[in-house]
Amino acid sequence: MSSDSRFVPLVLETDTNLIMINNYLYSSYKSFILVFLLSLFSFTAFSQDIPSEPAAISAGEQLFNGNCKACHRVNQKLVGPALAGVYDRAPSIDWIKSFIKNSSAVIASGDQYAVNLFNEYNKTQMTAFTSFKDQDIMNILAYIKAEAGKAQAGPDGGGQDGGAPVPPQGGDTAPKYLNIILIGMVIILILLVIILGFLISAIKRFLDQKTLTEEEREVVHSPITAGSITRSPGFIFAVTFIVAALGFKTVINGLYSVGIQQGYAPKQPIAFSHKVHAGQYEIDCKYCHTGVMKWQSATIPSVNICMNCHNQIKSGTNTGEGEIAKIVRAYNENKPIEWVRIHNLPDLAYFNHAQHVNVGGVECQTCHGPIQEMDVVRQHSLLTMGWCIDCHRKTDVNAKGNAYYDKLVELHNKTSKQPMKVEDIGGLECSKCHY
Amino acid sequence: MKDSKKVYWKGIEQLKNSSEFVKNANAEFAQPGPEEDLGHSRRDFLKMMGFGVAAASLAACEAPIRKAIPYVQKPVDVEPSLPNYYASTYINGGDYCSIVVKTREGRPIKIDGNALSSVTQGGVNAQVEASVLSLYDNSRLRGPKAAGKKIDWADLDSQVIAKLNEIAGKGGQIRIISYSILSPSTKAVIERFKTKYPTTQHIQYDQTSHYGIVKANEESIGSAIFPSYDFSKANTIVSIAADFLNSWGSTIENTKQYAKTRDVSDDKKVMSRHYQFESILSITGANADYRTQIKPSEEGAVAIQIYNTIASKAGRPTISGGIEKPNVAKAAEELWANRGKALVVAGSNDKSVQTIINAINDMLGSYGTTILPNIPVNFKQGNDAAMAAFVSDLKAGKIEGVIFLNSNPVYDHPMGQEIAEGLKTINLSIATGYKEEETAAAAPSIFIAPDHHYLESWNDAEPKRGFYSLSQPTITPIFKSRAAQESLLIWAGETNADYFEFVKNNWRNWFYTNQSMDFQTFWDKCLYDGIYEQPIQGSGSVSFTGDVNAAARAIASNYKSEGFEVVFFENGTVGNGSQANNPLLQELPDPITKAVWDHYATVSPKDAKEISFDESFTKFASITINGKTVKVPVLVQPGQTPGTIGLPVGYGRTKAGKVADGIGVNAYPLVAMVNGSLSYSATNIKFEITSENYQIAQTQTHETHMNRQTVIQETTLDKYQDGSFKEDHYQPMINTWKDPDHKMDPEKLSLWKGHDYKKHHWGMAIDLNTCTGCGACVVACNVENNVSLVGRDEVIKRREMHWLRIDRYYSSDAAPDDWKGLEDAAENPEVVFQPMLCQHCNNAPCETVCPVAATTHSTEGLNQMAYNRCIGTRYCANNCPYKVRRFNWFKYHDNKQFQDVNPAMNTDLGKMVLNPDVTIRSRGVMEKCTFCVQRIQAGKLNAKKERRDVRDGEVVTACSAACSTGAIVFGDMNDPESKVAKLLKIRPLYPERPLINDKESDNPRAYSVLEEINTRPNIWYLTKVRNKDTNKA
Repeated sequence: MSSDSRFVPLVLETDTNLIMINNYLYSSYKSFILVFLLSLFSFTAFSQDIPSEPAAISAGEQLFNGNCKACHRVNQKLVGPALAGVYDRAPSIDWIKSFIKNSSAVIASGDQYAVNLFNEYNKTQMTAFTSFKDQDIMNILAYIKAEAGKAQAGPDGGGQDGGAPVPPQGGDTAPKYLNIILIGMVIILILLVIILGFLISAIKRFLDQKTLTEEEREVVHSPITAGSITRSPGFIFAVTFIVAALGFKTVINGLYSVGIQQGYAPKQPIAFSHKVHAGQYEIDCKYCHTGVMKWQSATIPSVNICMNCHNQIKSGTNTGEGEIAKIVRAYNENKPIEWVRIHNLPDLAYFNHAQHVNVGGVECQTCHGPIQEMDVVRQHSLLTMGWCIDCHRKTDVNAKGNAYYDKLVELHNKTSKQPMKVEDIGGLECSKCHY
Repeated sequence: MKDSKKVYWKGIEQLKNSSEFVKNANAEFAQPGPEEDLGHSRRDFLKMMGFGVAAASLAACEAPIRKAIPYVQKPVDVEPSLPNYYASTYINGGDYCSIVVKTREGRPIKIDGNALSSVTQGGVNAQVEASVLSLYDNSRLRGPKAAGKKIDWADLDSQVIAKLNEIAGKGGQIRIISYSILSPSTKAVIERFKTKYPTTQHIQYDQTSHYGIVKANEESIGSAIFPSYDFSKANTIVSIAADFLNSWGSTIENTKQYAKTRDVSDDKKVMSRHYQFESILSITGANADYRTQIKPSEEGAVAIQIYNTIASKAGRPTISGGIEKPNVAKAAEELWANRGKALVVAGSNDKSVQTIINAINDMLGSYGTTILPNIPVNFKQGNDAAMAAFVSDLKAGKIEGVIFLNSNPVYDHPMGQEIAEGLKTINLSIATGYKEEETAAAAPSIFIAPDHHYLESWNDAEPKRGFYSLSQPTITPIFKSRAAQESLLIWAGETNADYFEFVKNNWRNWFYTNQSMDFQTFWDKCLYDGIYEQPIQGSGSVSFTGDVNAAARAIASNYKSEGFEVVFFENGTVGNGSQANNPLLQELPDPITKAVWDHYATVSPKDAKEISFDESFTKFASITINGKTVKVPVLVQPGQTPGTIGLPVGYGRTKAGKVADGIGVNAYPLVAMVNGSLSYSATNIKFEITSENYQIAQTQTHETHMNRQTVIQETTLDKYQDGSFKEDHYQPMINTWKDPDHKMDPEKLSLWKGHDYKKHHWGMAIDLNTCTGCGACVVACNVENNVSLVGRDEVIKRREMHWLRIDRYYSSDAAPDDWKGLEDAAENPEVVFQPMLCQHCNNAPCETVCPVAATTHSTEGLNQMAYNRCIGTRYCANNCPYKVRRFNWFKYHDNKQFQDVNPAMNTDLGKMVLNPDVTIRSRGVMEKCTFCVQRIQAGKLNAKKERRDVRDGEVVTACSAACSTGAIVFGDMNDPESKVAKLLKIRPLYPERPLINDKESDNPRAYSVLEEINTRPNIWYLTKVRNKDTNKA
C-alpha cells in the first residue's frame, strides 16, 4: 500500500537539525584512556591545515553548538568522545571529513581506525551530516582546536566545561526606592499627627482662656472616644469607600486574571528536566525544538529525537531509569507521548516562532524565562496582548544584515534618531497577529 | 457623453424598479426572520448578559488541560505548522486538471493550478477548487460492503473471484462500465482483467456525451477523435451553442487560450471577436461580443447557413437548408476574412451538425492552426452506441457480471432506470465508487469495493496524446478504501497488485527511454513536476472526406422547430452532478443565474409573463418531455431564446449525501438518442406554468449599489484603439462651496491626510475584459479563508457569507427612460461580470464609524478587521458603499442547525479541510476580505528568513491564484517592477510625497468603482472592451 515515505514533496527541505544523530558513546572509561593515549602517540602535524582566524572559529562554534554539542564536548566526555586533539589522533583530516559526512560508509569500507572506533563504542553509528561542506568541517575543527587550547591554558588543565549557567542578576532595584519613599511618608504622617495634637491642645488652652457658653464648652471639652470617631459620618464614608474600592479592585484584578496562566506548571507524563538538558548539558534549544527557526510552531520534539541520545543513555540524573524507560516504551510501541500544553495562546492570536527567533533574533529566554533552570517548565510570561504590545514597543528591529528592512531603516533614519522599534513598522497593527 | 451611458441591471426586478426590489436594495439584509423574534425583551437580554458574564468567569477559572502530542517518528518533510506542496492531478471522470495540493500536517487543505502543465497552464475551475472538500465528505464509504452489509476485503475478494470464475467458466458476459478513462495505467489494468476474463468488455460513457463529434471526425478526417483546439490563435471565434468556457471540451485550457485573445493593452490593441448562437444564456455566450438567440433545432441550419456563405466564397457547392438569423452573415464574412485564424465550434452532439462544422473549418484552414487533430484529447471517449448496446443486453439478461468502475449510470445515464431494473436480477454486480451512490443502491446484491478519493490515490493521466501527468496521495487513506485498479488486479489474479508499483513500472517501460538520468531521478522529477510531456508529433493538416450533403439531409429530417424546445446543460456550479454533494459548489452562485442550492428551468421573460419574479418569487412549471413529466421552478432568464427552456443536469440526486439529496429533479433521463448519439435538446415539449409558488435562492440582487453610476465602465474596441473611449468614461465632478460653478475632481478633495506606506502597498487590478465569471475565485476564497456556508434559507435572507462575489450585470443600449426599449433589450442583454470584494479603501468609510476600532488601516494599505474586537454594531456594513462586509448572524460552526450545509465546520471529518492559519469567526462579528493577509504575512516572513526583499509573485491572494484568465492581478504597488504596478502604470499622485497612499493609475482603462465618493480603493478595475462595431448614431 501507499505510504508516506513515497511522497515526493514539492518543497524539499533539508536541515541539519532534522538529521538524526546517533552518537558515539563511551563504553568504558578504559577506552577513553586508550583514545587519550592514542592521541598522544599519534601526535602529528595534521593540525596545521586547520584555520585559526576568528571568523572561522566563530562559524565553527555555531555549527558545533547546533549540530555536535548534543553528543560531544571539546574537553569532556559527554555522550560521544571529547573532540580535543581529534585532528591529531585521527588518520587524516580527509578521514575526519569523510567520517563526519558519512561514517557508516567509512566503516563499511573496512577502514581499520573507523572499525576499531565503531567496535569500541558499542557499534553505534553517527548519522551522516551530508549537508556539511568541507569548509564547515574545517571551521568546526578550528573551533575545537581553539577551545582545546583555551582549556589547556586554563588553571585546571582540561575538563573544564562552561559550568553551570550564571544565574541572571537580581531584578531591578525599584522596590527598594519604594520602601524608602514609604518609610519617609509614614514618618511624615506621624509627625503631622504629633503636630496636630500640639495644635489641638494649644487651641483648647486658648479657648479656655475665653469666656464660652455651656454648649461651646461642651464641644471644646467633648472627649475624643472610639465611639465618637466610628459614628462620625466622615469615618463611615471613608470606611465604606475603602471597602468598596478594595472590593472593586479585587474583582477587576480577578477578571483580568481570567485566562492568564502565568506560572502554570502542570505535571507532565514524563518528568523531563530542561535544567538537565538545556542547563547542565547545554544542548542547543534548536536541537530538539526543530521548528523554531522554520515557522510558526517551535515543535515539541518527536520521540525519535529523544531516542537519538536515549537509545544509549538509559539512566537519568534526577530520576534514574523509570522516566527514560517511558520514552523507550513510547518509541517501541509507536505511541505518541501526550504532553500537557503549557503555553496556550488563544486561537485568535497568530504567533510565529520563526519571525521572532530567526528573523528577530529574540532569545528563547526572553519569553520563556530561565528555562535552563527549570526542572518543571512553567509559563514564565503573561502571554496577554498587553505583554506582546509592550515588547513590540520596546524592542529594536533586528534589521542588520536583512535586506528586507533596508528601505524601512533608511526611511526611519531620515525622520528619527531613535533606533527603529517594532512599533515603528506596524508592529502594533491588528492584522499582524489577528486574522 | 452621457448619452452613451448604458443601463446596468442585475435582475428583472431592478430593471422594473419594483418596490420590493427598492426596499431590499436599501436594506442590505432581509427583514429578520421568525427565529430572531423570540419575544425576548431588553431586560431579558441584560439578565442573560449578567448571568453569562458570571458563568463565563466561573468557567474560565479552571483552564482546561490541553494536550500537545508530537509525532513518534516525525516524517522528515513534515514540519508542524509548515505547509507542504505536492504536484498531483485532479481526475473526476473525464475532467482533468494538473494541480498543486497544499497540505498541513498531512491534510490537504487547498488546491492550486500547476503552472508547469501545458494543458491546464496553472488554471483551475470551481469544481477543482471545491474537490478538496469532497475528500472529507461524510457520505464516503467507510469500507467494503457486500449486499448492503459490511465485509472485509479478503472475504470480498474471495467471493468476487469465485463469482467471476463461475461466470467465466460458463462463458458469461462481463462488462466494465466507466466514464472516460484518462489514465493509461488504468487502461492497462483493465486489459489485464480482460486477459484473465476474456468475455469482458470495457465501455466508457460520459455524463454529457461528445460522441457526435467523435463520430463526425471519423467520417470527416478519418480518425475517431476529439481534437485539441487552440482558441488563442483565433481572431474570429464562432460558437454554435458550444459552452467551451464551462462544459465543452478542455474547458480550463479553452479558458486560458480564450483569455489570451481577449486581453488588450497599450501594446496589443487587438482582440478576438466572438460570435455565439445559442438558446440558453451560457457562460460562453455571456462573454461573446455578438450573441444571437436561436432555438436548439436551428443549430444545424445556422451551421449550414455559415457553410453556404463561406462555400460560395471558397468555390465549393452550397447545400440545402440554412436559415437567416441576425449576425450569421456577418460572422461568416469575418470567418472568411480571417481564414487561418478562425475557429467554428458547435455544442451539438449530432454527427451531422459536426460534419458541417468540420467542413467549415476545413474551408477556413483551421486544421493545423486552431484545430489540432494530431493532438487528440481524451476527456470525452464515451461511446453512446456501446452504452446503448450494454443497456439492451442487460435488459435481455445477456450480461452476467458488471463492474461499475467509479461510474454512476443509474443516476447520470439517460437509460439509468433501465440499468437499475437490469441490476436487480444480475448474477454479479460490483461498484468501486468512493461513495455508495444511486447505482450501488439500485443493485441489492452488489459488492462495493470503495476506491480512494483522488487525493489519496496513485494514478496517472493522459489528458491529451503525449501529455502525461501523475497523481500522488497527499493524505493516508482516511477509510478502509482500496485503489479500484488494485481491486481489478487482485480479481484478475495478479500476485503483485500494488497499483503504485504498477504505475511506476508502466512509466519505466513507456516513457523512460533515452533519458540522460537514472529511472528513479526521472520518476522523482515527474512526480515533483506532476507532469511529463513528449514532443508533439505530426502536423494538424487533414483532408476532409465528410459528406456534407448527407449531413444536410439528416439535419433537415431530424430537426423541425415545433412547439417549445428544451436544452439540457451543465451549469457552472454542480456541473454534471458528480460533485453535487459538495456544499461549496451548491452555495456558489451560478455565474449566470446567480441561483444557489436550487434546481430550476430557465425561461425567457416573454414566456413567463405571468411571473413577476420579484425577489425570485416564482412558480413551478410542469414540463413534459418524451412522455416524462417533471416539475421545476421557473427562473426567468434574460437572454433565453423565447420558445425554449433550459434545464440543468446535475440535480435530483437521491443517494449523493445530505447536501445534494432532494434538490430538484434529475434531467438525465429526459435525454434521448437522435441520429445515433444522445441529443441534449428536444422539441415539441409541453411546458405549463402551474399555480404552485416557490422562491428560488438567488443572490443576483443582493448587495446592490443603489443609484451609483461608476460601477461598470465599458467601451468598444475601436473606441479603445483611437482613445476616444476616455470621453465616454464617466468622470464624476462635484461642486464646492467656494465656487458653485467650478466642477472639481472628487479626488482632489479629502478630509484625510492619507497614510504613509513605507514598505508595501498591496493592490489589485481586476480586468473586466478577461473575467469570464466562472467563479473559481469565489470557491478558492471560501476554502482559503474558512468562509462559512449558510444554506438555502439563509441565502434567501441575504445572509450569504462570501467575501468575494461576482456581480453579473445585464446591460442594454436603450436609453434609461426608454422603457419599451429596455424591455426588448431584456430579451437579449449584454453581460458584464464584476468580481466584487473589499476594496481596501484608503479613505475607508467603514473605519471611521466603528465605535470600538475593530476595523483599522494598516501601514501596508490593508483594511484590517479584528474579529475579537468587533461587537457587532454593523455600522461598518451600513457605511460600506461596496456592500462587501458580511455579518455572522449565527455561530455557523459546531452548530447542529448548519450541520448539513456547512460540514466543514460542523463535523470532525469536515473540519480537516479548514485552513489553520485563519480564525473561524463566531456569531455576532463582521467579516470581509482580508487580501489573504495570512498569505501576505507568510510571504513576508519567507523573505525575511532569507534576508531579502519580497519578490513579486511570491504573495498572491487565493482569488488571484485561482483565476485562470489572469483577470485578477495582485501585488505590491510600491514595487515599480511588480506586475500590478506595471499593468496599472502606477505613479504617486503627489510626487513630493511618494509614500502617501494616493496613487494614480496611468492605464487608460483603469478606474475605481464609485470614484465620486473618493474612497480611494486599492483595487482598480480595467474597463471592459467589447469587440463590436460602434453604433454610428
